[in-house]
Amino acid sequence: MLKLSETIYIALRTHGEETYPHECCGVLLGRSHEGVNEVEDAVRAGNTRTDSAHNRYHIAPQELVRIQRQGRERGLDIVGFYHSHPDHPAQWSKTDFAEAHWLGCSYVITTVANGVAQQTNSFLLTGTSEDDKSFQDETIQVEELVAGRC
Amino acid sequence: MKIFIPTPLRVYADKQDAVQVNAQTVEEALSALTSQHPDLKKHLYSDEGKLRAFVNVYLNDEDVRYLPEKEATSVTEADSLSIIPSIAGGC
Repeated sequence: MLKLSETIYIALRTHGEETYPHECCGVLLGRSHEGVNEVEDAVRAGNTRTDSAHNRYHIAPQELVRIQRQGRERGLDIVGFYHSHPDHPAQWSKTDFAEAHWLGCSYVITTVANGVAQQTNSFLLTGTSEDDKSFQDETIQVEELVAGRC
Repeated sequence: MKIFIPTPLRVYADKQDAVQVNAQTVEEALSALTSQHPDLKKHLYSDEGKLRAFVNVYLNDEDVRYLPEKEATSVTEADSLSIIPSIAGGC
């Protein structure tokens, strides 16, 4: 299961709308325990695939190193990633699968149709190695904002 | 020096987020790491003994592949190595 706040959920979907018709991408920082990836922060990343940004994304490893370091300083780990599929279903593609190497992490995909975020799905990369890895559908639990009491 | 382990590989490093090793070069550091935690080896290296294409190794903020001396680059106790699998995809 992937748990995140409504604020973060909205933020990663909004990111996809802002970069449309190009793919957005980012990193989910949080904690992983007992089969739950709990997100504390979504960090926007640049898409280096400027040659084909409408249907490809790639996060520079140097940016990942920086984000991982920032997370570590806050006691957070990389628990997942997100990206958008402009005018394509929120389903992992062959490219997504081939390029997925973070076992145990959540891969969140949002369809952005005509500039508007639609379906958001999450897929958990399971397995023990490159040889037996697979994507499994994962429930997204969005913690709704609770209005403060006077 | 410290070697930072990414979340997916910690299960092969006694669940540690960082491993301390004594080494003079990047190559020695990685070798020390896989000696301490042999299960990491197949996740980092191909059958031919080369770092897997999707495994990035950074010495502080520099990609080891692009350093003039690559894995033979000297390191000090103050340096750190980060192992970072790549992240990419698309529809």
